[in-house]
Amino acid sequence: MPITSLKRIIRGGFLNFKRSGLVSWAAVLVVTITLSVITLIIFLQAMLHFSLTQIKDKVDVTIYFTVNAPEDKIMSLKSSLEQLPEVATVSYTSASDALKLFRDRHASDYPTIQALDEIGDNPLGAYLNVKAKEVSQYENIANFLKSDDSLMLGSSSIIDKVNYHQNKLIIDRLNTIISGAQKLGFLITLLLVIISIIITFNTIRLTIFISKEEIGVMRLVGASKMHVRGPFMIEGAIYGVVATGITLILFWPATAWLGRNMTDFLGINMYNYFISSFWQIFSILLLSGVGLGIISSFLAVRKYLNK
Amino acid sequence: MIYFNNVSKIYKDATALDDITFTIEAGEFVSFVGHSGAGKTTLTKMILAEENPTEGTVFFESINVNKMKNNDLTKLRRRIGMVFQDYKLLSNKTAYENIAFAMEAVGKTEEEIMSDVPHVLELVDLSHRTMHFPSQMSGGEQQRLAIARAIINQPELIIADEPTGNLDPVNTHEIVQILKKINDLGTTVILTTHNRGVIESVGKRVITMENGKIIRDTKNNK
Repeated sequence: MPITSLKRIIRGGFLNFKRSGLVSWAAVLVVTITLSVITLIIFLQAMLHFSLTQIKDKVDVTIYFTVNAPEDKIMSLKSSLEQLPEVATVSYTSASDALKLFRDRHASDYPTIQALDEIGDNPLGAYLNVKAKEVSQYENIANFLKSDDSLMLGSSSIIDKVNYHQNKLIIDRLNTIISGAQKLGFLITLLLVIISIIITFNTIRLTIFISKEEIGVMRLVGASKMHVRGPFMIEGAIYGVVATGITLILFWPATAWLGRNMTDFLGINMYNYFISSFWQIFSILLLSGVGLGIISSFLAVRKYLNK
Repeated sequence: MIYFNNVSKIYKDATALDDITFTIEAGEFVSFVGHSGAGKTTLTKMILAEENPTEGTVFFESINVNKMKNNDLTKLRRRIGMVFQDYKLLSNKTAYENIAFAMEAVGKTEEEIMSDVPHVLELVDLSHRTMHFPSQMSGGEQQRLAIARAIINQPELIIADEPTGNLDPVNTHEIVQILKKINDLGTTVILTTHNRGVIESVGKRVITMENGKIIRDTKNNK
């Protein structure tokens, strides 16, 4: 397309936007609402992600060893566990450390400390704390401990108990909840986005419906389809750009307030999140807004062009 | 230039045109007269291929307009200037922009637009209304603007469909004079009207229609 035509189309779009007055601003308002919904969804996803990570972090498996278990055997088990692809970290707590932690924890519980003193020896064994990369992988780790590999290391004789089997029910349930929450979040996102798109499309269609007659006149005067359609598409793009600006300006003070007052409740500082992901959010909003505006206008004008 | 060959148009129950045949030569000024519903507007729409005939064929310079592709139709319409009873101006564009739009549509340059538009506005006596929107102009002024837009690309044919229908006698007279002037410069003009007075002030070929039929053509009577 020649540069002059492109220039005329762009100028026409800006003029249309300016002269349509209230109608333009009504369309901008609706696109702003759609973009706000998208921004809210981005924040909710961030919150969900943050909470799920925190919950996942609290799940672990502890392997308790017998009192006499030799440290080199424990360490060889530790290193073979660390080689498993599912394992994120393995931390070792020696028998003496375990005793120290126990004493600290029960410092105010006099009878327990006294009983411990009576025994004289350290009744506690060492333990390994294993964290998996994914909650669903704990079962594999537990299976590994029962398997031949670990038997060969002679570790089965030194393992007192593995708390996975006690925690299995909780871990499984948590796993279901996490994947359910992710699926539900995705579904709600999809639904909200679809509803917003339909509402925006219809609003833009209405603004173009007002120009139905004019589109016919333009065609009668001999304007090509692109010459008629172009300015409307530019106008749609302007809705998107202006709405992106308004949405970002609105969310600035809103997230600042949330960051100052609701960080404990939400578990994440929304203002910090907004600032750190600003360019990412900006790109998503701009692309959605401009895309929605252009595509809606294109489709809406097409209906009257072919008449 | 234009040839209607046994053209009929039937909408569901009503017959708009009934076996119409006539020829219009280049440079002619032809007035179609008849009551509302006589088929005048349907006839003009057929020249632009906005409507297809139920029977018969419409030729514009020996090309069947109903068999034209979309792109060719756009080009055909650029060779024809239209003037309507309800003006059909672009309401959110100024007088200047309304005419400029028609020039942009045929790909004229900015320089051509800047030099031609003031000229044509002067021709229809609207130089003082350049930056006004149609809603800020009187009926007569809007119709003069519509004529200016119709002639700006030097079309071979001007179709004026009831151009004086909404105007008072003074404005009607002005419009008729402008159309005559355009015809004198060599452009073919087709005018439809139900106003006998307009026909008399034009004083050229008249085709009288009634119920979709041609009942009189002054060319044949001569």
